Amino acid sequence: MKPSGNILFSGVGGQGILLASELTAHAQLAAGFDVKKSEVHGMAQRGGSVEAHLRYGMKVYSPLIDPGSADILVAFEILEAARYLPYLHKDSAVVVNTQKILPPSVALGKASYPNDILNELTSRQINVVAIDAFAVAQKVGELRTANVAMVGAMSNFLAVDQEIFLQVIDTTIKEQFREVNKKAFKAGRAAVHA
Amino acid sequence: MADKQQNTLWLSGNEAIALGAWEAGVRVASGYPGTPSTEIMENLSGYEGVYTEWAPNEKVGLEVAIGASFAGARALATMKHVGLNVAADPLFTSAYTGVRGGLVIITADDPEMHSSQNEQDNRNYAFAAKMPMMEPSDPAEAKAMLQRAYSISEEMDTPVLFRITTRIAHVKGVVPKGERSATAEPTIEKTPAKLVMLPGLAKQRRIAMEERMAKLRALAETLPENRVEPGEGRRGFICAGVAYNYVKEAFPKAPVLKLGLVWPLPEQKIREFAAGLDELVVVEELDPFLELHLKAMGIACHGKDIIPNRGELNSFIVRKALEPASVGNLFTPLELPMRPPNMCAGCPHRGIFYGLSRMKDIFVSGDIGCYTLGFLPPLSAMDACVCMGASVTMAHGMAKALGETGKGKVVAVLGDSTFMHSGITGLLNAVYNGSYASVIILDNRTTAMTGHQPNPASGQSIRGNAAPQLDLEKLCRALGVERVVVVNPHDVESTRKILKEEIESPDLSVIISRAPCVLLPEEVKRKKPVYYTRTENCTGCTLCVNMGCPAISWTPLSPEEAVAKGYRERQKGFAAITEVQCNGCGQCAAVCKFEAITRREEIA
Repeated sequence: MKPSGNILFSGVGGQGILLASELTAHAQLAAGFDVKKSEVHGMAQRGGSVEAHLRYGMKVYSPLIDPGSADILVAFEILEAARYLPYLHKDSAVVVNTQKILPPSVALGKASYPNDILNELTSRQINVVAIDAFAVAQKVGELRTANVAMVGAMSNFLAVDQEIFLQVIDTTIKEQFREVNKKAFKAGRAAVHA
Repeated sequence: MADKQQNTLWLSGNEAIALGAWEAGVRVASGYPGTPSTEIMENLSGYEGVYTEWAPNEKVGLEVAIGASFAGARALATMKHVGLNVAADPLFTSAYTGVRGGLVIITADDPEMHSSQNEQDNRNYAFAAKMPMMEPSDPAEAKAMLQRAYSISEEMDTPVLFRITTRIAHVKGVVPKGERSATAEPTIEKTPAKLVMLPGLAKQRRIAMEERMAKLRALAETLPENRVEPGEGRRGFICAGVAYNYVKEAFPKAPVLKLGLVWPLPEQKIREFAAGLDELVVVEELDPFLELHLKAMGIACHGKDIIPNRGELNSFIVRKALEPASVGNLFTPLELPMRPPNMCAGCPHRGIFYGLSRMKDIFVSGDIGCYTLGFLPPLSAMDACVCMGASVTMAHGMAKALGETGKGKVVAVLGDSTFMHSGITGLLNAVYNGSYASVIILDNRTTAMTGHQPNPASGQSIRGNAAPQLDLEKLCRALGVERVVVVNPHDVESTRKILKEEIESPDLSVIISRAPCVLLPEEVKRKKPVYYTRTENCTGCTLCVNMGCPAISWTPLSPEEAVAKGYRERQKGFAAITEVQCNGCGQCAAVCKFEAITRREEIA
């Protein structure tokens, strides 16, 4: 098992990034790691860019991922994947949801949403895995599980057993939503192999 | 959820501090919401055996905590860094009176200004107020250190400042559980010579303060929270708070003097640590606080000559400062459209700022809250924002400076919670001194920006119980305001008309814009209409787009595309509502003159 690592979550306020990072943190704790996670609240929540830093290892001091050292970037939106390029290194894996959410300047027609922006990552030899998390969530019957589908997709890059994630869903998610979230997790996990 | 071991919890710094306060036997806690401090009081309110409240401002909150301490209870005051400016008056004199029950004042600083108007370093308050300050490095340490803060407070008869930063408050980590301490029952005990700060008595206490600081300096030498972590090499670090983590990551083998008590400093310990080194580096965020005091002691060190004095640090910055060759090249950031926060779809504030944005010659004196986002394009309807409550007073000052030429052109905008925090005295001043500036109170029934804390006008206590509800109209009239009007901001056309009338009026008037925040749980649950666009009717006038609602987007069209869609050739594009994002406020439908926005039937 990799003795330490840095997982960066990025997206837009309201996409369920905090829950996704919580599930991942609990899975790493259950796997026996020390974990620290950093979030920004307040001003960042009103539809702005949101990020969560998760670091695990035998002993974690810093709650922040350094630039150039995110091993995995879990981006819930395409632009929010590209924005974090300076956090990546040549062996980073990027799991990106293919959803596009227009930033205000684009919605106002003052700027355009960059086309093929993920090419900026792949052209730097970064391993980019794009999944349509909404489609996955739709298939399992609950659109709001797109974030958990993303966790499932990301879990392929961790040495943590799938069972641990499923147990974490059991202990952290309300009973009525457990089964559908487990389905979303598994479907997200399978979507990467597909 | 706990991790595998039953005796540990996974908590944010703020959750850990709330638990720590409960374990310390705190009985009374008061504060005003402010990022990144808010969750401390929110979490503490869930524990039994401790009275918690939201105060209208930080000065009130600290004074409540001082009173509880005078009754012999352990007490807590929480606030963000700028809140301590508001509470500075009681802060400084409470250092004179000292305490009875332990008193801890939490200041949550915000380096990098994630959610603040400045990034002041509140360690300077400890020096200025002659008060000890502790600073933890992570959630587990925050909880443990709070117990020490209370024992120091009682043993040394002083309030203790407890500084956290965003990367303590909003960082989650593994925290061991503890038990609640038994503390003495509060009683009345009269010690006027200590508590009545008349000049004659204060002079006596001033002497006691110096004696106390001497004792604290001696304590600092032996306190376990000020510890040397031996290491290899001739370069060592002095650090505290979150910066300690960055040093440990960047230079894991180096000797470190970690300070838990950041004021007063353990001079002897620092001298001994420095004596064993060739190179001493002080790593601290923001001001050169430790560095300046080290240099005053005559100790040579690196500090702000290599470490930035603004923004947050991380281990990359620390490593690069000392060994630039050791850090690799980073990928260059891409040029991308920014994604700033925005007022929500259906936000009642939008109706007001839309109205203000249509009045070109006015100066909008703004304030602190979600509505500060009214500054952003396309509404761009805020011209100044300094601190809580300043909208009203700055508008009055402008009116006095401008005289006749400013009549009908100066307006203050602030939220309900901000008005109660520190707008009331400003309004009183404006009435008393004959202002003509208008004041808009955005009453959305909550303290929205910090996550919906109840306030004196929401009719609810911190625990959600019924509480007396302030009548804002009556209050304004009692202050002497003769023109008080209430508008529904979702009714944009009538709001715009009233805004114009009231702002242009030669008398001071208060406009209360009343509509609940769309994110309040009862509003989220409420059945709302949904609006949709009949794009075939859209003429591309952009009136709706320029309200800046995140549910409305603009699709540009080339002349060929316009024609193909049946529009005029010169139509530049069309607007459309993303229905899943629409909160049904209807403001856009009210401004559309072409029946391109239509209300769907009520939906489930």
